[in-house]
Amino acid sequence: MSGEHTAEVYRIAWVAGTDTLHGVCHCGAERTARDPVEMWEWMLAHPVGHDREIT
Amino acid sequence: MTGTTGQISRTAFARNQWYVAAYGREIGRELLARTILNEPIVFYRTQDGGEAVALADRCVHRRYPLSAGRLDGDTLVCGYHGFTYDTTGTCVSVPGQKRVPRTARVRSYPVVEQDSLVWVWIGDPESADPDAVPRAAHLADPAWRTVGGMETVECDYRLLVDNLLDLSHETYLHGGYIGTPEVAETPIVTEVDEGAGTVRVSRHMDDAACPPFYARSTGIEGRITRWQDIEYHAPCLYLLHSRIAPRGVLPEPDGSDPNAFHVEITYAVTPSTDRRVYDFWCVSRDFAQDDEDVTAFLHDLNHTVVMQDVDALDLLQRSLDTEPEGYQELSINIDTGGLAARRILTRLAAEGEPQPAHAPAAAR
Repeated sequence: MSGEHTAEVYRIAWVAGTDTLHGVCHCGAERTARDPVEMWEWMLAHPVGHDREIT
Repeated sequence: MTGTTGQISRTAFARNQWYVAAYGREIGRELLARTILNEPIVFYRTQDGGEAVALADRCVHRRYPLSAGRLDGDTLVCGYHGFTYDTTGTCVSVPGQKRVPRTARVRSYPVVEQDSLVWVWIGDPESADPDAVPRAAHLADPAWRTVGGMETVECDYRLLVDNLLDLSHETYLHGGYIGTPEVAETPIVTEVDEGAGTVRVSRHMDDAACPPFYARSTGIEGRITRWQDIEYHAPCLYLLHSRIAPRGVLPEPDGSDPNAFHVEITYAVTPSTDRRVYDFWCVSRDFAQDDEDVTAFLHDLNHTVVMQDVDALDLLQRSLDTEPEGYQELSINIDTGGLAARRILTRLAAEGEPQPAHAPAAAR
């Protein structure tokens, strides 16, 4: 992907061959989920619930 | 986003943002009327400098559309009673009297012309930063051959953003044109850059059928490696970096990519009213630049694709308008990018809300 990034980047990858989403917050916290709405809610709640990996 | 299901919220515009009002070629010595974020605006170009001018399209006198008037040099003369405005919107002449009322002026809007596009700023003019206009440099770069057009869609502009952020619909709505089964089947990667206000959605297909759009324009026979990298600069500019190559052909280790075909698909999504959006579209290619058959083919086929979207979104909006309050949607993995875009648009709209002022006195 192109373009300049700032420090606050959220990334969600749909894991190939599965229905699973894998999210990485800009703070480094990670989570897997099967629902993009749930994933964004967790992601944007940063820093709440971002102190450890939750699956 | 309040749960697994939900619904699109009430239309709210991000006012303190730049929006594409027109292609530069559309603005000249003929008056051009466009309604942007519910504000009627008239555009024209000055005689000598060729600067694009944007003024409120309502005469201060009796609200007659100034776009129905005429130019006299660089001034705009109302076609009803002759009130005449300069390029700043100041009324410089009224009929039958020497004194021009001090309040006789219409709003002028900040304008930037860049990359063949004319951008306008609707919100607080003090916040208008020309350097914040996102770039689409390929549109004015001779290394790229560009075709394009503009359609109006009778829908909430966010339905068009939804459409563009989730390209899995190509398989179903545009099958036989640009869609193949692999588009809907291939997982995506979504990145949101909060600071930059951008959403990126990437879909890389290693082994895909070649749709007619690319087969005929590139001459590739057989299966392809097809990459789609979306870069959405909310709220208006959408770039789709499309890479097409014979199956298995990848960029060189040094990053060069001489054996692939590159197409930049550009959209500008400009809300006109709560239920109308201007859909500016361009297709730029770095191959067969001088082949007029390819130029005509890409223009005509992409126009067909755009009209398929127009018809679908018109239908979707009419359907949504019959839904009872509180209707529900369901989002799945393909919607990850679209959900991110909706949220950024909501944030940008809230940031552009005017600050609360004293309650106005009751009209008498």
